[in-house]
Amino acid sequence: MSKSSLTGTRIRARRNLRGLRQSDLAQMVGVSPSYMNLIEHNRRRVSPALLQAIAHALDVSEDALVEDSDIRFVEGARAAALRTDTDIVDLERVDEFTGRFPGWAKVLAETQARVETLERVVDQLNDRMTHDPYLGAALHEIISAVTSVQSTAAILNDGGDIAPEWQARFHKNILNDSKRLAEGAVALVNYLDAADDTESGLAAPQEEVEAWLARKGFHLAVLEAPDRAALPQLLRAQVELSSDASRVLALQWLVRLQEDARALPLDPFLDALAEQGMAPDLLAVRFNVPLQQVLRRLAMLPADDARASAFPVAGLVVCDGSGTLVLRRAVDGFPMPRFGGGCPLWPLYQALHSPGRPFRVPLRTDGRMGRQFVAYAICAPDTPPSFDYPPILQSTMLVVPEMPQAVPQGQPALVVGGSCRTCAQTDCPARREPSILVAFA
Amino acid sequence: MEKRVLVVEDEPNISEAIRFILMRNGWHVDVTADGIAAIGDLQTNPPDVLILDLMLPGVSGFDILKALRADPVTQTMPVLMLTAKGQAADREEAVRLGVTRFMTKPFANADVVAAVREMAGP
Repeated sequence: MSKSSLTGTRIRARRNLRGLRQSDLAQMVGVSPSYMNLIEHNRRRVSPALLQAIAHALDVSEDALVEDSDIRFVEGARAAALRTDTDIVDLERVDEFTGRFPGWAKVLAETQARVETLERVVDQLNDRMTHDPYLGAALHEIISAVTSVQSTAAILNDGGDIAPEWQARFHKNILNDSKRLAEGAVALVNYLDAADDTESGLAAPQEEVEAWLARKGFHLAVLEAPDRAALPQLLRAQVELSSDASRVLALQWLVRLQEDARALPLDPFLDALAEQGMAPDLLAVRFNVPLQQVLRRLAMLPADDARASAFPVAGLVVCDGSGTLVLRRAVDGFPMPRFGGGCPLWPLYQALHSPGRPFRVPLRTDGRMGRQFVAYAICAPDTPPSFDYPPILQSTMLVVPEMPQAVPQGQPALVVGGSCRTCAQTDCPARREPSILVAFA
Repeated sequence: MEKRVLVVEDEPNISEAIRFILMRNGWHVDVTADGIAAIGDLQTNPPDVLILDLMLPGVSGFDILKALRADPVTQTMPVLMLTAKGQAADREEAVRLGVTRFMTKPFANADVVAAVREMAGP
């Protein structure tokens, strides 16, 4: 596809960055909203005069709309700038910077992406060290053996009279603990090595499913087709799902996501999204579906279509009535714990306490490098009403990177973290445990 | 009269080493791995010093400490808590519950002897 054939995509992306609705831009440049929709879907060429008018309305150069000064670089440069002291960074000129120095903007964006990836790895490793039950037990076993060996060896080394039966007992203890230490160390190394592999059978089924979905970009073409019978066959061929449990779990989610796709067909849904902007509640009304279904669909859109619609890659968290996270789709800059619960301040949990009430909350992640997001959450029964069981609830939260037009102006952002352990917010009333970030600061 | 230390520790080789170094320093040492049974024994036959492991099967050292501090008989009993978990949160929780000393594993034998001696008083 030529550069100019993506002009519509760039116009849409720039419009969204400006917080304008499609109909607003159409009015500003004197075309109909439906014609603007065709342009933004790259289905109509843009005349030079109209391009000039659109560029003027969006306050960008025409080159920015026709040349490959990729919007990803703008977003990357903006994200990098937000990590620094914003007083010294002129955010308003990020478009100009990207246009004038596309090579440097690319370097900056890629560096930013790399930093975010590394931070996420550190976060996950720390979370794992803290909450992984196998790792905790293995380390405890090794420390116990080390303690015994050190203490016993010190007794034998200190000299003094030690009765022969005590000496024999201590030698035997050291031998046994040395063996135990060696076995424990080997088991631990094997466990950590295996965890580095793509799949090992040691991961929990949910982790396997999430990792598998992540590698698929959280979307499979088969989801857009109505054939449910194809799903089990598809899953049998996925070697990455190493256990029956993970395949069962994956099937449950795929069936649900396929139902979402059936209720919200891709093209009409993208068109509606383009027309109404980021308004999940209006989309739910328009398609006559529950809000949580729209939230899931938005998080699981095919990446290319989402990008073409200038809809950012969004995160998704789903929890059951106990607060246990049952599905996580990570999004850059928004930490999600691998084990244990999330931040108690997440709207996900607010929704859990008020079933049926939708929440739209601007968020800022904690720390000096905090990022802006908007969370949409709703909790709803996940099963039909029954006289025999209490309501089985499920809460769903969509996490969208900052879209200025999505939240009424003046609504302050709620500062949240991923988990208490890696959150530096010192005066948080919801803190469960001290933060390692503060302890070592 | 010989002062008595009770060691509540589920790792037999660790409790054996502690028992030896304290006996060699003139203490009478009893050892148990059963934390739940220890709670009753502590109230009927309180030792001069209690050495308490944090992670025990069936009950945590925190639970035992809490029970001790709630009973007038054992409210002021010197307690040395040993743990493989050296996290600040555990230390803070132990202090909050009224621990006398907190020591992480692996420990130096001399440090254990000195702590017990100091806690038992003259």
